[in-house]
Amino acid sequence: MQCPKCHANMRTYDRMGVHIDQCDGCRGVFLDYGELEAITRLETQMAAPPPPPPAAYPPPGYAQPAPAWGAPQVHYGHHGHRRKHGGLAGLFYSS
Amino acid sequence: MAALVPDGVDPVVLAVRGDVVVIRVGEVVVKAHEPGADPAVLGARMRLAGDPRLSGLLLPPLDVSPVLVHGRVVTTWPLGRPVPERDPETAPLEEAARLLAALHEFKPADFAGVQPPSGAPHRFARTVADLRASGLGGDARKVLRAFATLPPVDAPAHLAVCHGDWHLGQMVEAGGWRLIDVDDLGVGDPAWDLARPAALHAAGVLDAETWGRFLDAYTAAGGAAVSAVDPWAALDVPARALVVQMAARALLASQRDGKPLDEAQEALVESCDRIVSAHPHMARG
Repeated sequence: MQCPKCHANMRTYDRMGVHIDQCDGCRGVFLDYGELEAITRLETQMAAPPPPPPAAYPPPGYAQPAPAWGAPQVHYGHHGHRRKHGGLAGLFYSS
Repeated sequence: MAALVPDGVDPVVLAVRGDVVVIRVGEVVVKAHEPGADPAVLGARMRLAGDPRLSGLLLPPLDVSPVLVHGRVVTTWPLGRPVPERDPETAPLEEAARLLAALHEFKPADFAGVQPPSGAPHRFARTVADLRASGLGGDARKVLRAFATLPPVDAPAHLAVCHGDWHLGQMVEAGGWRLIDVDDLGVGDPAWDLARPAALHAAGVLDAETWGRFLDAYTAAGGAAVSAVDPWAALDVPARALVVQMAARALLASQRDGKPLDEAQEALVESCDRIVSAHPHMARG
């Protein structure tokens, strides 16, 4: 292929999956249809932060989040904490 | 009531809740239901409890027909051993969950005739009406604003046989754990049977581990009320309703007894504030 500007020979390079034709004479670059978009896409990917690691699937049950209006949940690592607010007391009456 | 039980045995009062009285005479438990209880509706609930298909789930009555004693509707039951109170380690949460999951497998069409509705939504509506009528301000307004975030609760999409007022005080051991108290038994949205622990958990009163034991056992048993992937999709509305109901009952009891709210009751009122914040466009109050 000949350079449309200086008519010197053009060579094809492959850069990160994008075909680039570069002129041996004037160093001008020719892009095929869609290749400018491909370069833009690559640029965006490089600028963006890495994707977050996939969220761990919550174990069933007690990792199930409460609804949006739920109280901030305390982590009950110790038995003593478990009776905060009375624990099971509310589960014994038809209140 | 004395006519219903053997001579020569002294009755022991087991529970007095308002006008409801439960006594034990020997191996028989006698319950005087609320004044004005409809014997026909209660009778339909007693027949459900006496259905042999449900005998492993609900404590069957000694007689499915309520009797009138001095104008009060009275029912008789075999004696059972209640859940010892307030020990999360030994509380039969998994057993409760399995009983409810099994109960929820029964649909209205499984029984002849029209079944009574579950009393849970009615109990909720009655409590809110009582709070409105109380003239209480302050915290009561928070509770009523949270109530205003709720959609109508009387047209459930999914119908099953429900206990209608489940909590750990509604179980006895009598040849295995059985559900007791049929006053709200009937057809309704089964998610309401999980709503009380769900509400207490969301309010920060019931810890995540205890709630998780109950919910896991329910979903593992194939309980129809919730999806294991997103249980709160079905629980959100009934849990909000139970937060409102329990907060309203707490405020009414506080007014009646002249006592301040305890920590758990305060947490329920605070939850009403959070419900309103999470539904800003709906809380008309």
